[in-house]
Amino acid sequence: MTTKIIEPTLFEKSRPGLTGASLPPSDVPPAETSDIPEKLLRKGNIGLPELAEVQVMRHYVRLSNLNHHVEKGFYPLGSCTMKYNPKANEDAAGLPGFTHTHPVMAEETSYGTIELMAQLGEMLCEISGHNHYTLQPAAGAHGELTGLLMIRAYHEKNGNPRKNIIIPDSSHGTNPASIVFAGYEPVEIKSTERGTIDLAALEAALSEDTAALMVTNPNTLGLFEKDIVKVCEMAHAVGAQMYMDGANLNAMMGYVRPADLGFDVAHFNLHKTFSTPHGGGGPGSGPLSVADHLEPFLPRPVVRRDENGEPIFDFDRPDSIGKMQGFYGNFLVMVKAWLYLRMLGTDGVKEVTEWAILNANYLLSRLVGHYNLQYKDTPLHEFVIDSTNLKQFGIRNVDVAKRLLDHGFHAPTMSFPLIVPEALMTEPTETESKASLDSFADAMIEIAREARENPEILHSAPTQTPIGRLDEGKAARLKILRWPIPDEI
Amino acid sequence: MVPKDLIFTKEHEWVQIEGDIATVGITHYAQGELGDIVFIELPETGEDVAQGESIGTIEAVKAVTDLFAPLSGEIVEINDALDGTPEIINQDPYGDGWMVRIKIADKSETENLLTAEQYKELIGE
Repeated sequence: MTTKIIEPTLFEKSRPGLTGASLPPSDVPPAETSDIPEKLLRKGNIGLPELAEVQVMRHYVRLSNLNHHVEKGFYPLGSCTMKYNPKANEDAAGLPGFTHTHPVMAEETSYGTIELMAQLGEMLCEISGHNHYTLQPAAGAHGELTGLLMIRAYHEKNGNPRKNIIIPDSSHGTNPASIVFAGYEPVEIKSTERGTIDLAALEAALSEDTAALMVTNPNTLGLFEKDIVKVCEMAHAVGAQMYMDGANLNAMMGYVRPADLGFDVAHFNLHKTFSTPHGGGGPGSGPLSVADHLEPFLPRPVVRRDENGEPIFDFDRPDSIGKMQGFYGNFLVMVKAWLYLRMLGTDGVKEVTEWAILNANYLLSRLVGHYNLQYKDTPLHEFVIDSTNLKQFGIRNVDVAKRLLDHGFHAPTMSFPLIVPEALMTEPTETESKASLDSFADAMIEIAREARENPEILHSAPTQTPIGRLDEGKAARLKILRWPIPDEI
Repeated sequence: MVPKDLIFTKEHEWVQIEGDIATVGITHYAQGELGDIVFIELPETGEDVAQGESIGTIEAVKAVTDLFAPLSGEIVEINDALDGTPEIINQDPYGDGWMVRIKIADKSETENLLTAEQYKELIGE
């Protein structure tokens, strides 16, 4: 057993009078009148922790040591594309010309930032094959909602918003959520035995009420939708729009352009494919590119070039769905993605795709036989194995996932897609070496052996992490979202 | 783990019939596949439901799934104890973890349901 080190919160470390900065007394007199109702005004102390700078620094460094992250170890979380984020990105995003720009500065004083947005949008369009873009959405699901609202505006302009949007049963959970948010009914269609879209099921589901299809390509099984051109033709024949969820773009960029397949809208996750940080290290960014007929509905303002080729913000957009994000989107994230693409160049983008696919297939070749593979076709950048072959020993996918933590690896995406029981969806990305893939494969094979010979080890895992197996059910039922913890809990 | 005296749906609900009242829950197999259940949403009493219709939501650590009405009829009782302690379903799916009671409208609909033997075959037991 390792020593359990639990880091106290900053609130618990707080001592009255400690401070990280010595500020002079304020020379701004307090406001005498306020429009804020009396009952809403704070009376007491704001309650922020009081600490020295060094304590705060050590607190966060300790937390990062307790955590697992891509700078510490392999992170094969499927469909999340946890590639290494080059440090040059951070240097570029830290340049004072970018960090000292304010979004309300006059356009003529922030020319460089608008030029960067225009260049990034144009590079993304080169990858997707569309001519128009928005960089506003702040995440992938936000991009989905933006795209669906544009599709709704397009149908409304044609006199009928339509009623439903079709998704395959392998789709990301965000797809049906975005559909409902955009005011549509999700209609799920079954996949074929090979894990791709069933054309007969699609034919049966399509009607004049279909506003769109949302398709992830390659899908969440890592399989390229071989009939996608036909799928797009069938959708377009009834006037439905084709939306491509770009979560898995790392498997085709530089080789296949969504627009050439027939997609009217595609989204990009800069925090996946384009090497900007995920989640807490983010924020995210989910730009969209669209076909010409959807261009009038782009969120306002649109970044475009004027007749002299100069980049401008275009606010004069009568058919726009409006703003989707404060100002222009998460600008410093765009800087990182811009630099990543400029460092790669056209050939580099293709190489990313090649290595992502090669790495996934190499890793799969080492794991086949030790884990079950439900869908047998050759995957692209990720694959879905499962632990159903270990169920006879009382082992579930969660036990494999927790044991991986003891080996210093993050688990694959678990229990998704829903069409694969005990799924372990694995995406190594192009940034891992063969040695790193081999050590992960060795650990997985060792865990399968433990499952057969000594399953109790897996049930009690993890034992090498700062905190052992969590009660995930209780954590979800009993959400403590404030500090201090309320007395009644 | 599949009680012989119950009938089942393909969606892993169990049904116990006493007179014209059907008590409904999800099977031991279903709770195992879902993992720890964290939240459930059940219909109101007095609601009329149709066989196969979604009448509730079961949210678990692994997935969110619908609860389907195994038979048509009127919801006459829901298990209030599950509100706040849905883990009862994991602990005792065939007993205290029951979810709703339906006043059966048409008993012939039971012909669409599975026997314990058929359900065992479905889940590979």
